[in-house]
Amino acid sequence: MINSLFLINPSGEIFLEKHWKSVVSRSVCDYFLEAKEKALEPEDVPPVIHTPHHYLISIYRDKLFFLSVIQTEVPPLFVIEFLHRVAEMIQDYFGECSETVVKDHMVMVYELLEEMLDNGFPLATESNVLKEMIRPPTILRSVVNTLTGTSNVGDTLPTGQLSTIPWRRAGVRYTNNEAYFDVVEEIDAILDQSGTTVFAEIQGVVEACVKLSGMPDLTLSFMNPRLLDDVSFHPCVRYKLWESERVLSFIPPDGNFTLMTYHVNAQNLVAIPVYVKQSISFFECGSDGRLDVTVGPKQTMGKTVEGVMVTVHLPKTILSINLTATQGSYTYDNGTKLLVWDIGKLNPQKLPNLRGSLSLQAGAPKPEENPSLNIDLKIQQLAISGLKVNRLDMFGEKYKPFKGVKYITKAGKFQVRT
Amino acid sequence: MNGHRGFSVLRSEAAGAVRTALVSAENLQLTLKTELSQEEQHLTPHTHTNGGPDETHTKGYCTEVNEDLKEMLESNKESLKLEAMKRVVGLIAKGKNASELFPAVVKNVASKNIELKKLVYVYLVRYAEEQQDLALLSISTFQRALKDPNQLIRASALRVLSSIRVPIIVPIMMLAIKEAASDMSPYVRKTSAHAIQKLYSLDQDQKELLIEVIEKLLKDKSTLVAGSVVMAFEEVCPDRIDLIHKNYRKLCNLLVDVEEWGQVVIISMLTRYARTQFTSPWKEDGVFDEHNERAFYESDEEKTRDETEAKPYMMDPDHRLLLRNTKPLLQSRNTAVVMSVAQLYWHLAPKNEVSIVTKSLVRLLRSHREVQYIVLQNIATMSIQRKGMFEPYMKSFYVRSTDATHIKSLKLEILTSLANEANISTILREFQTYVKSQDKQFAAGTIQAIGRCATNISEVTDTCLNGLVLLLSNRDETVVAESVVVIRKLLQIQPTQHSDIIKHMAKLFDNITVPMARASILWLMGEYCERVPKIAPDVLRKMAKSFTSEEDIVKLQTVNLAAKLYLTNSKQTKLLTQYILNLGKYDQNYDIRDRTRFIRQLIVPNDKNGALSKYAHRILLAPKPASVLESAYKDRDRYQLGTLSHTINTKASGYLELSDWPAVAPDKSVRNVEVIEPGKEWAPSLGKTGKSKPAKSSDDKFYSDSGEEEEEEEGSGSSSSEDGSGSSSSEESGSDAESHVQKNSSQSSEESDKSSSQSEKSSSESDSEKERKTKTPLQKKTVKPTAKDGDSDENGNVAKEANSSSAEESSSDSESDSDTHTDSDSGTEHKKKTKSKAKPKVEVKSTKEVSLLDLGDFTPAPVTQHKSSVLSPSLLGDLEGLSLSNVSSTIQLSGPAFVPEKSHDLLHRMTGKGLSAQYQFPRQPCLYQPTMVSVQISLTNTTDHPLEQIHIGDRSPTGLNIHCFNTIECLEPEASVTVFIGIDFNDSTQAANFQLCTKEDHFSVSIQPAIGELLLPITMTELDFRKEQSKLLGMNESSATITMAAENMTSQPISRPVATVANLGVVPSSQDNVHRFAGKTASSGAVVLVMVELRESSTALITINTEKSVMGSMLLRDLKLALAQA
Repeated sequence: MINSLFLINPSGEIFLEKHWKSVVSRSVCDYFLEAKEKALEPEDVPPVIHTPHHYLISIYRDKLFFLSVIQTEVPPLFVIEFLHRVAEMIQDYFGECSETVVKDHMVMVYELLEEMLDNGFPLATESNVLKEMIRPPTILRSVVNTLTGTSNVGDTLPTGQLSTIPWRRAGVRYTNNEAYFDVVEEIDAILDQSGTTVFAEIQGVVEACVKLSGMPDLTLSFMNPRLLDDVSFHPCVRYKLWESERVLSFIPPDGNFTLMTYHVNAQNLVAIPVYVKQSISFFECGSDGRLDVTVGPKQTMGKTVEGVMVTVHLPKTILSINLTATQGSYTYDNGTKLLVWDIGKLNPQKLPNLRGSLSLQAGAPKPEENPSLNIDLKIQQLAISGLKVNRLDMFGEKYKPFKGVKYITKAGKFQVRT
Repeated sequence: MNGHRGFSVLRSEAAGAVRTALVSAENLQLTLKTELSQEEQHLTPHTHTNGGPDETHTKGYCTEVNEDLKEMLESNKESLKLEAMKRVVGLIAKGKNASELFPAVVKNVASKNIELKKLVYVYLVRYAEEQQDLALLSISTFQRALKDPNQLIRASALRVLSSIRVPIIVPIMMLAIKEAASDMSPYVRKTSAHAIQKLYSLDQDQKELLIEVIEKLLKDKSTLVAGSVVMAFEEVCPDRIDLIHKNYRKLCNLLVDVEEWGQVVIISMLTRYARTQFTSPWKEDGVFDEHNERAFYESDEEKTRDETEAKPYMMDPDHRLLLRNTKPLLQSRNTAVVMSVAQLYWHLAPKNEVSIVTKSLVRLLRSHREVQYIVLQNIATMSIQRKGMFEPYMKSFYVRSTDATHIKSLKLEILTSLANEANISTILREFQTYVKSQDKQFAAGTIQAIGRCATNISEVTDTCLNGLVLLLSNRDETVVAESVVVIRKLLQIQPTQHSDIIKHMAKLFDNITVPMARASILWLMGEYCERVPKIAPDVLRKMAKSFTSEEDIVKLQTVNLAAKLYLTNSKQTKLLTQYILNLGKYDQNYDIRDRTRFIRQLIVPNDKNGALSKYAHRILLAPKPASVLESAYKDRDRYQLGTLSHTINTKASGYLELSDWPAVAPDKSVRNVEVIEPGKEWAPSLGKTGKSKPAKSSDDKFYSDSGEEEEEEEGSGSSSSEDGSGSSSSEESGSDAESHVQKNSSQSSEESDKSSSQSEKSSSESDSEKERKTKTPLQKKTVKPTAKDGDSDENGNVAKEANSSSAEESSSDSESDSDTHTDSDSGTEHKKKTKSKAKPKVEVKSTKEVSLLDLGDFTPAPVTQHKSSVLSPSLLGDLEGLSLSNVSSTIQLSGPAFVPEKSHDLLHRMTGKGLSAQYQFPRQPCLYQPTMVSVQISLTNTTDHPLEQIHIGDRSPTGLNIHCFNTIECLEPEASVTVFIGIDFNDSTQAANFQLCTKEDHFSVSIQPAIGELLLPITMTELDFRKEQSKLLGMNESSATITMAAENMTSQPISRPVATVANLGVVPSSQDNVHRFAGKTASSGAVVLVMVELRESSTALITINTEKSVMGSMLLRDLKLALAQA
């Protein structure tokens, strides 16, 4: 299975290596670095590279490459999924996944990697299990450790590892018992020039933060579960009960986790919360063009649209831009030709507008295609599909937990073609 | 016996090895103390061999640091040692060499500090291979730890011991693995499964002994062990398929509870297994063996046709078991699991069931970029063979400008594969956007894709060609070049009509600079020079001027063009040709010189080669077959989907070939030994509800043996309950985790004492046995007593054995449950065997009785627990759910109760200039998309000349989703043809307007559906009906009281007129005067419930409950009309 792992930063420096079987020389990464040189963007590096003796499977995440070395046949998704778990684990332990964080906690990351795989086969990937074996660092704990000489490494076998509920550790105790659920929906859409929807869908995720003592058994039901078309669950959810009753019944892991992801029935028309009026034109002669973009609210269900941001990859031949925004501010990076217009809250009375001139490099031909606009937005307290949590019941424990549900709608891959 | 002897031999060998190790360790310790500096000098060269180039210049610094570290490691303070070890591990992590610290580190292996110990382990595993002698120092510590009472310590000792790749300790490892394989802790057993692979890679000679251990571990009942041991199996002895037989059913049943990574491994192993053990389900797709929602997406039409003549293919129940138990895993959050289930269905499921994986695969596309890449590759391979699977999700493959390059090209690939007559216009419109992309590579790819669409779908060839010609004036060279190349390929297919395109290209020739494009144009000129007799020589003239400055590929084509023109038009081009041949003769490139020489000999007649030049015309201007534009993924399916080999399209090392289906299934009974299926206990009750609905579903008539179908359905039902209860039993064991350790110890004591455990019979088992006996009479109704007895005995034995070894001292309740289930299961199997003898109907009855009994036995249990057991909430939750699940899972689609004969005019023959069309609603689920209503159209030609190219043209409203029929090329006079289309009415009665086109004319037509046609019938129990109804009160309910027409009251059942109006299924009713009907809307799937309550004096109350209130009121109006009519 997985032979070795290398962490590589965007400039191609290998800053961590871990081997689960015989050591593989890091020169094997040269094949990867070669491919990375060839690719225009880090995202374009092929995830699977075939070298004479090894297969390299890599992911690019949080500006880091996680490169694994494989020697024999293995399902590539197995490796990819695992690498993402590693990244999530780092994120979970240290709050972010970045080169500095890994370098600061080198030994702990190494210990974690040691526990996650045995001989290249995943051993413990549940965050709850790992946290029992190797406790995440907190300031208090590191102070205590230096004073008393105790360590972050647990000396008992994690209970989760043995039980059939590996995701939950035993003996959880909280003084405030709380369970929070965030229903986050993302709109993926492609709109064409005229503003008609080429493609739109809603996908959602229920993120949970459960801090409950003991072994609570929760049941979460929705007002309108028929909206949900395709779902995937955290292993804790009893799938059959969902099939029959459309309720989520589960013994939750401790702490933060993703309870379910779903896709809203494609038949329901997707409400597009904003409209974009745009015109980007380049003049055939004379090396300049105009840009005029207005964003306005459309189907917002009476809520305010916040955090609106328009991102445009301008053509490479643009020399400079001169724009004015009636609301918010814009930034433009001439190196990457990336124009970001941060609007903020949408005010229906006074629509934000960005207009001005673009100047092209002298002699450059008029760009073939106008750049597409990527929209980012956020609507608080609204699940755009109309999904609503009905109730949350807890069995198995006597106390009364504090419960809360939050809805957020965001733009996913929301693209306006121009 | 043999094993035992092997064991003792091993033991002595191991002891020998330990002795050597200890002796050498002692010696070393001595030397270490005295000659440390020497040792160090001896070790330094390693730095050079292992470290990278950056290591060499910091060597001095390194040694200094290491000196420091060594001091710290040898100090007496724990904290200093720990600090030092952390720094050492930090060095390892950075890839720096820390091997010279080995002696200092290894002394700390016996430290009491657990963190320090772990760090030492990390170090050991990393460097033991390089410093084998020193590594032996640590062995005795591990051997002691292997006996530790703490399972964590035992496991980690085994882990490290087996990770030290030192050949001399192989016997010790072997011994440790053997012992750990029968450890009482499943965690230690899991570790031993991992160790098997490590030992195997270290010493392949141990294979036979290791296989013994694998065999033993395969029998393990713990979900913890299953994944790891199958992994070991795959690595060590993937060909020993015989080891799996006895564990097959257990693995299938455990699968849901195994951790995610293990699931992936087990599923891929079982895929291979199934391909060797079962016969192909693909030969006849006829059998409709699982009546559930998946049938809905399927081409039932095809099936029904086959069914009439198909001799039924019987799927092995074990084969079905695998498919059933893997299906829920499609909902896993782990993308690898989903993919592995998808490939399992692709390789094993009957063709009509494969498409249930579609949705899940499309879901994976929203995951990370790398996941998308792999999934898209697999979809690309799948979509070539089965367009229908992914066509409804076409829009999910639309390209975004932010996609990575390789994602874009894969999406393009899939879109191209999905293109057909019906959706090509949409796809081409989408392609138009892509051609303009800033990413020119992608634009070029799109052009190729257009080319492929053009060749595959003849209707659009011209459109595509024209579009491509327009692209020739594009400013971007890559785009133009690609267009030229694609146009050349297209023209080659049908050159006759397109001389103007060739001319156009000739005109553009001067502006095109990309060599490949220029070469393509020259080739076209030469090939079709007779069609452009004036232009071709002119192009040649231009080429003669610029010949020397052209690229090689262009020069070659120039020579070709010259040769061809010389043959066809030598008067004008003789001199030019000679000039070009002379230029070519002195070219720097030897290919061109060769070609020139060859051409000259061929075409220019001289005395030496007269024979050949006679044939020059035929040689050079022979008709050339058009090149085929096809997908790069066309033959990828020779590799198992989801594998690395599939991704890289070459055989990866260690790839295990998926065998072809055997022609005749190998002996089925090999799997028979272990028939514990924990958690199937609720199956019978499900079967019961399944049975309780009347066999009025129209599908039934297609089955010669409807009993068989019912059986299968029961099976599928049981699967749905199975997981739930499976996890219930497991969660139960989880919830009383306190007692777990004791359980383990009791279990292990049983295991270590095999003979006793085998003979031992717990009272609960004998109980269950009794219970089974009490039930046998009921089953005997259908089953031949002798056969039944014999087999159940066997099964009984097996179950006993299984129980005794699993012996998780679980409550006698659940044990007996599983037992009774086993029983009823074997019963059903027998029924299948004796099917030919017994009448299907009787069988149905008998199962019902059995299950009734079961239900009576067990349903009260959860209810009582509900109040009392606060301790095992999870169990409670599951049981609750299970009893409910019986109910809702029966809401299933059924066939139409009645098919209206009435057809409506779509196009009158007068308005249609002789083409007449009528439509009716066949009330079949639509083949194309589940949300569509299928409409049957009969087209008749009443003219005296054939009508050509009848198809569906523009439609309105524009968003209207119609699945068109394939264009009818020709309809002879007086002939008529029936076609099916699918229309998504979006649950509204708004008419669907579209144009029916012939070659000459367009006729606007419209189909207005009656509200009742927008429904699909479903069946449910009365209880369900009530429950659903109670959810749909208030504004979702509409009702009316009517006076019934006389004939409706008396002559016929009320269901008849209701079915005429609406496509509803009948719900069995316990009251005579209340009739219930249920359906769901086609588009949104909203439940529609109709209740007709007959009252005295021929009045009746009609109640309709549905969340689509508009539909409800419309349906009510229609029903009122139908029932009240005079």
